[in-house]
Amino acid sequence: MSPLPVSGFWDRTGTRWRILITTGAIALGTPMLAESPKTAGWTSSPGVVGTMVILGLVLFVAALIITARVSVLINDAKLKRKAPSPGAVDGPNGIHLAGTGYRLRGDELGGTAEAVDGKSLISRATSEPDNPLVDEKIYSRLRLDVPRELQNLVVAYLATSTFWLVFGTLVGEYLGLKFVFPDMDEVSWLSFGRLRPVHTNTVFWGWASLAMIGLGYFVIARTSRTVIHNYRAGWWGLGLINLSILAGNLCLMAGINNGGGEYREYIWPAMLPFALALIITFRNFYNTVKRRKVAEIYVSNWYLLASLVWTIVVATIGYLPMFQDGLGETVIQGYYMHMGVGIWFMTFTLGLVYYYLPSALNKPIYSYSLGVLAFWTQVLFYTLIGTHHFVFSPLPWWLQTVAIVFSVGMFIPVFAGTANFLLTMKGSWSAIGRSYVLPFFLVGVVFYCLGSSQGSFQAMRFTQNIWHFTDFNVAHSHMTMYGIVTFILWACIYALLPKMTGREPSQTMVGAHFWLAFIGLFAYTVSLMAGGTVKGIAWLEGVPFIDTVIATRGYWTWGAMVGSLMFMAHLIVAWNFVAMVRNPLPVPQTKALEPQTP
Amino acid sequence: MINFHKDHANLVNVALLVFALLSTGIAVAPALTMQDNNAPLPDMPKMTDQERRGLSIYVAEGCIGCHTQQVRNIEMDKTWGDRPSMPSDYFYSKERPNIWQATPSLLGSERTGPDLTNVGKRQASEAWQMLHLYNPRLVVKGSVMPRYGWLFQEVDSARVKPADVVVAVPADQVDKPGTKVIATDHAKDLVAYLLSLKQAPLPSGTVAPEFIATPGPNGKPVPAAAGTPAAVDGAAVFSQVCAACHQPDAKGLPGAFPPLAGSPVVNDKDALKMVDIVLGGYSGRPGYGPMPPQAENLNNEEIAAVINYVKSHFGNEAPATDAATVKSQRAVIAPQTAK
Repeated sequence: MSPLPVSGFWDRTGTRWRILITTGAIALGTPMLAESPKTAGWTSSPGVVGTMVILGLVLFVAALIITARVSVLINDAKLKRKAPSPGAVDGPNGIHLAGTGYRLRGDELGGTAEAVDGKSLISRATSEPDNPLVDEKIYSRLRLDVPRELQNLVVAYLATSTFWLVFGTLVGEYLGLKFVFPDMDEVSWLSFGRLRPVHTNTVFWGWASLAMIGLGYFVIARTSRTVIHNYRAGWWGLGLINLSILAGNLCLMAGINNGGGEYREYIWPAMLPFALALIITFRNFYNTVKRRKVAEIYVSNWYLLASLVWTIVVATIGYLPMFQDGLGETVIQGYYMHMGVGIWFMTFTLGLVYYYLPSALNKPIYSYSLGVLAFWTQVLFYTLIGTHHFVFSPLPWWLQTVAIVFSVGMFIPVFAGTANFLLTMKGSWSAIGRSYVLPFFLVGVVFYCLGSSQGSFQAMRFTQNIWHFTDFNVAHSHMTMYGIVTFILWACIYALLPKMTGREPSQTMVGAHFWLAFIGLFAYTVSLMAGGTVKGIAWLEGVPFIDTVIATRGYWTWGAMVGSLMFMAHLIVAWNFVAMVRNPLPVPQTKALEPQTP
Repeated sequence: MINFHKDHANLVNVALLVFALLSTGIAVAPALTMQDNNAPLPDMPKMTDQERRGLSIYVAEGCIGCHTQQVRNIEMDKTWGDRPSMPSDYFYSKERPNIWQATPSLLGSERTGPDLTNVGKRQASEAWQMLHLYNPRLVVKGSVMPRYGWLFQEVDSARVKPADVVVAVPADQVDKPGTKVIATDHAKDLVAYLLSLKQAPLPSGTVAPEFIATPGPNGKPVPAAAGTPAAVDGAAVFSQVCAACHQPDAKGLPGAFPPLAGSPVVNDKDALKMVDIVLGGYSGRPGYGPMPPQAENLNNEEIAAVINYVKSHFGNEAPATDAATVKSQRAVIAPQTAK
């Protein structure tokens, strides 16, 4: 008997979770969570509880949706099978329909005359949906008047970014298979150690960065009601970034890297073109905002400009050599890798959401001020959390504590952003079901909330004990870089391109893209989170290391299998992209805005 | 008056200033402090040129992606070192190698493979390291590590020079008869680096930082079991130290590591020879790689426990030895470790 009722409660709750998780682990073929005093009570640590709450929320919402769907199906079936009671009056005016076999013909309220739309009010009418298997979505009929130069620039950025997405995730899929079949090849250029950074750097600097900048060019011109300051600079940036990735990847595969720090694997000569492109892009964006035709700087542009100028600082600090000997390098590495994610990808992507989400919903953002609050708290909290990648390392304890405290502080910008986006969607929920763009936004926003909160919980000291160094980290990276950034970028691409080119992708293909990517991501992260937890607990219990490797194998197999769903989705993305940009319809004949000399 | 909503210059400058200040405080200043307050431990050997070349291979092959080199100050990391890592441990290894590359990011962030802080002590056998790099699954069945075939060369047996390091690939694993697998310079450098990875002893009189116990229920550490420390588990020592070469079933690898099951040395009624081999290592047995000495790695109780475990398992039957015997032999075989 425990003397304290509170501890007794937690013990029992802990045991219950333990049983739940153990059952899950056994179900997955890994019965290795034995009771041991070393790990008793790990389930009651705040970080674990928080993560469980997040998972519980997801499962609860999923269960709610599935129950609602199933109950609709059951009710429909019941109504159909309900036998009419004999003799009951079930028709108007006392007519007994069940007995007469009377059925409505379907045209009682209409006429038989042919429908004529003399004033061209209806743009498209059909009684035969294109595809009877899936719900038909609303077609995008709106054409935007986009200068030819801007359209070409944006399409070029998105084309190269889509190429790097397919290439980078092909490499990722190959790496996933190597966990299961380590003897697949014995070619030095394709070995795990050399290819792993190729995957991460390609999807970071190739896919996400190029797509972000391309989409950003449109936002910056559109919200400033002007044209881009210098199109040539845009093309230079595009070329430099692609050069960077090509050179960097070749170096990595040849065994030339910067020292193994994550996302800093390109040696500086390979990363230099990228840094130059950042500076060029910033100048171009800044000068475009400078010549804006409206007084206010739209909040999107706050995020875009700031993330560019901040990332220039991050790249400089990350590559300057004078404070990087000994553990100085480790301090910088923690800072660099987290700022790369938080200050570059997250900040820029949020800026895109502030434009593309309201425009897709055709309504203003819920709160401008909340966006500004999220902006300043983003820089305050995000900047200080890098060292949470090195908790319990020989780095100063105070630095680790600051990182953990501010990781928890990240709840403020995350909740401010999430609330703002969800409240913008509020009242338009039915629009989500009818659009092929908005579901991507919804997934991105939900993952923004869940993935970021999960990261905050993971930074706490006890959760670090279990999860650090395990596959849980990999799951977290995919939840954020894929669930948040990639889904939002896709949403923006599907929102923008049809309006620019007049060509829409096949709705079936967009649906296939969405579901393959979504199911792939979800199953992938869950399998790695479960595998990481099993591994971390086994380490705590002192299980021999190689046994924990063998125990993780099942989860890696799952990861590789469902990971291929994501890769298939990317092939469809490429297909859809080509469908949207090939043979663009002519731009409506209106004169593009001329730049005005200030 | 500053108006962020309407003045783009103000907005960008303030955002830049705030970020630069925070970055200086959280990254640049601590990094400079760490770099300036950096000195090696007095008993830490400098890295040789060969070890430095090995480190550059370690970086080039991306070993950092799966192997950490940090013993964290928490209980679960006790397996990887005798004490938590400290900044001085990285004095020689974390130096900027040349103008093209940054300081190696040795601490790592994924532990897909084991931590390597102390691997030179844990796996002191060069023969094992070579074979493991050539094909990890020959020595560790469940391993998912890549094979590093390009660090080795297959040559005709007749052309093997005396200076060559021949990899002890088991007879049934050589694809072509009449050929031998020899290590390239890259493999030799990498193995030299791996074998140099040992935690340096602290200066006498210094107390090592403690490991933080794993928090139990209610976040409080679980108190260690009261009373005398538990007897050394010979089976655990065997699986941690011996099984890598002699294999978990003690049958060894033909052509690489001799079997312990049925071995005449193990089954000798007099345990002295076995005690001597464990303490001082052994080489010269034809067809097998040399065994590294374990006198520094294991204490008397651990050696006695593991010898008794091997003598009474795997079909072996021989009388047991004790820690006192190991102690007296230690004074002869490895006097420098006998305090």
